[in-house]
Amino acid sequence: MSDLLFTNARLIDPEAGEVLGSLEVTRGRISKIVPHGPNDGRVTLSTGKVVDCRGRCLAPGIVDIGVKIGEPGERHKESFRTAGQAAAAGGVTTIVMRADTLPAIDDPETLTFVMNRAHAECAVRVHPLAALTKGRDGREMTEIGFLKDAGAVAFSDGDRVIADPRVMSRALAYATALGALVIGHPQDPGLSRGAAVTSGKFATLKGLPGVSPMAERMGLERDLALVEMTGARYHADQITTAVALPALERARAAGLDVTAGVSIHHLTLNELDVADYRTFFKVKPPLRSEDDRAAMVAAISSGMIDIISSMHTPQDEESKRLPFEEAASGAVALETLLPAALRLVHAGALDLAALFRALALNPAKRLGLEGGRLAIGAPADLVWFDADAPFVLDRFKLHSKSKNTPFDGARMQGRVLATYVGGERVFGGES
Amino acid sequence: MGFSARHLLGIEPLSRDDISAILDLADHYAAQNRQPNKHSNVLAGRTQINMFFENSTRTQASFELAGKRLGADVMNMAMQASSIKKGETLIDTALTLNAMHPDLLVVRHPSSGAVNLLADKVNCAVLNAGDGRHEHPTQALLDALTIRRAKGRLHRLTVAICGDIAHSRVARSNILLLGKMENRIRLIGPTTLMPSGIADFGVEVTDDMRSGLKGVDVVMMLRLQKERMDGGFIPSEREYYHRWGLDAQKLALASPDAIVMHPGPMNRGVEIDGTLADDINRSVIQEQVEMGVAVRMAAMDLLTRKLRKGQRS
Repeated sequence: MSDLLFTNARLIDPEAGEVLGSLEVTRGRISKIVPHGPNDGRVTLSTGKVVDCRGRCLAPGIVDIGVKIGEPGERHKESFRTAGQAAAAGGVTTIVMRADTLPAIDDPETLTFVMNRAHAECAVRVHPLAALTKGRDGREMTEIGFLKDAGAVAFSDGDRVIADPRVMSRALAYATALGALVIGHPQDPGLSRGAAVTSGKFATLKGLPGVSPMAERMGLERDLALVEMTGARYHADQITTAVALPALERARAAGLDVTAGVSIHHLTLNELDVADYRTFFKVKPPLRSEDDRAAMVAAISSGMIDIISSMHTPQDEESKRLPFEEAASGAVALETLLPAALRLVHAGALDLAALFRALALNPAKRLGLEGGRLAIGAPADLVWFDADAPFVLDRFKLHSKSKNTPFDGARMQGRVLATYVGGERVFGGES
Repeated sequence: MGFSARHLLGIEPLSRDDISAILDLADHYAAQNRQPNKHSNVLAGRTQINMFFENSTRTQASFELAGKRLGADVMNMAMQASSIKKGETLIDTALTLNAMHPDLLVVRHPSSGAVNLLADKVNCAVLNAGDGRHEHPTQALLDALTIRRAKGRLHRLTVAICGDIAHSRVARSNILLLGKMENRIRLIGPTTLMPSGIADFGVEVTDDMRSGLKGVDVVMMLRLQKERMDGGFIPSEREYYHRWGLDAQKLALASPDAIVMHPGPMNRGVEIDGTLADDINRSVIQEQVEMGVAVRMAAMDLLTRKLRKGQRS
């Protein structure tokens, strides 16, 4: 009666830790989990297929908040089809796409268009974010009610900060009444204007305009004050500096409904990686000091930061083949998210269960999605991977339409063997 | 000798020996430039293209004269008026010019790192004539040569660099060069015009001109851009001149034989007193211009040596 049985798997359960065992899938959902060794005779399968995981990891698929897909408007950078292929190859089973499309996802019609396209073309699940203000202009709030009914899982203007506190406070208040989650980009817009890197010795040496890490704390403090005022549900998309952490800590201690994320790049790279103006390392907010990077890793491991995201931002070659200040920001990361994150595991900073709390369980919980768990009844969104397999990344082998990864030529460890969405294989092979 | 770099993109990658090699050869060209016949054939048959994406009369003239005195065919491209306006990218422009087989490209660009980007795409030697706030290596070299000739040495001097350090590529290249040659560097200017993390460069930083100038051997003034005087970085021109403008009174605090330098063009009455700038006993500003041509000749000679050797054999 089951459809699929994974045997001999290192099961990575974000809630309970890891155990060797078997996992059974029936009608797209996890129907049975049996610890113990392989071939012990307890697990039998009447029908369906058996996948021998050969002692490799089986974990809940990644739920990635904040993926940029170029539809509508910039399909030459990334389409639903290519994003789906990249996600599947990277073990991402749920894409939470950003609203910074052209035009922005700021009305129910655009949202419906996007969901139809995703359904028709994308190999993995897609949940859209919707803009918090019309045209992401920071002036008038969107139809939060309609958009939520149409399927928006949260509301965000992406990396455009709503500068006017009155607009932000009203949007938060309105969203709160509907129980909608608001995702903010904590950054003081005035202080960060025109910045290409983080201020400090490196910025000065390279003659690049820098922004102080303090701009992030100022942005966060403002948003948290408004959250306290309105009682809103709030998620900070990226916390990347040590100076911002105490504000987050205080908000949590005060019982505000606040969570925070960090991009994989801020956990694995630092500002010195920019070296001689390598524009693939230009991201938003800019890469930080090594001290900040280490503080973010510690914050993930302590649970102060809940969620790791790819912040997948495809850019075409032309927009990166420019002087650093003029080049576009962002990096593709759907496919490199897991191997890059495994660097933290190999470095001993996290165990696999903690990693998948940040990659799968926490984002799913925060958005009210079912996935992210290895539990009976949960959707069989799974990634089977070898956490140790070494490889050298070749950017031209990525499935994304855009190849702007900072990991080109990097030695990485950890390969996805297969990815399943609702029990259906969307990437890789079985034995 | 001992100069093996393909390009001159900044002071940062140069060694002490590289710097000395350029300065020694520049001394030779400085002497030649004072002769009635200033011409040599070192770059005969070579093509030098000056690409200036940012206006500059002085630097461009200096590079042009340097190339012509070495016998090169020199072409000036005013990039602001050209294809950039038609949407051509920097890299395409570089590739187009590269197809004309130049031997030397002299590039100035308003974006930091733009010259590095361009140097990656062409086959010839590239000289950075100033990129954004990053580096201006020939300016630092001509300053070094001027100091060495005036002071008889280029080490263990105390050098004050005054003014808008934050936006100055001249300051960055000078800090790197003077640091490599083991001099004591004092940066003096309003805190709003100091770049971030500057204390990590092994320099002393102060906003007080009087204490900063005490006992220094060299006073290097920087140009304050007009657009920074509007209250954004400093309150007013007159307050700036009062606190950081160089006049005889403030200079009296420096060592009695201290020299005064300025990369030009000067704002008289803003960062420097006009009479002081013209005082031939203290100011070496004219000498800087003269050494500029010599240093650029030396740099271009050294950068093309490997090429010329390769061609001969």
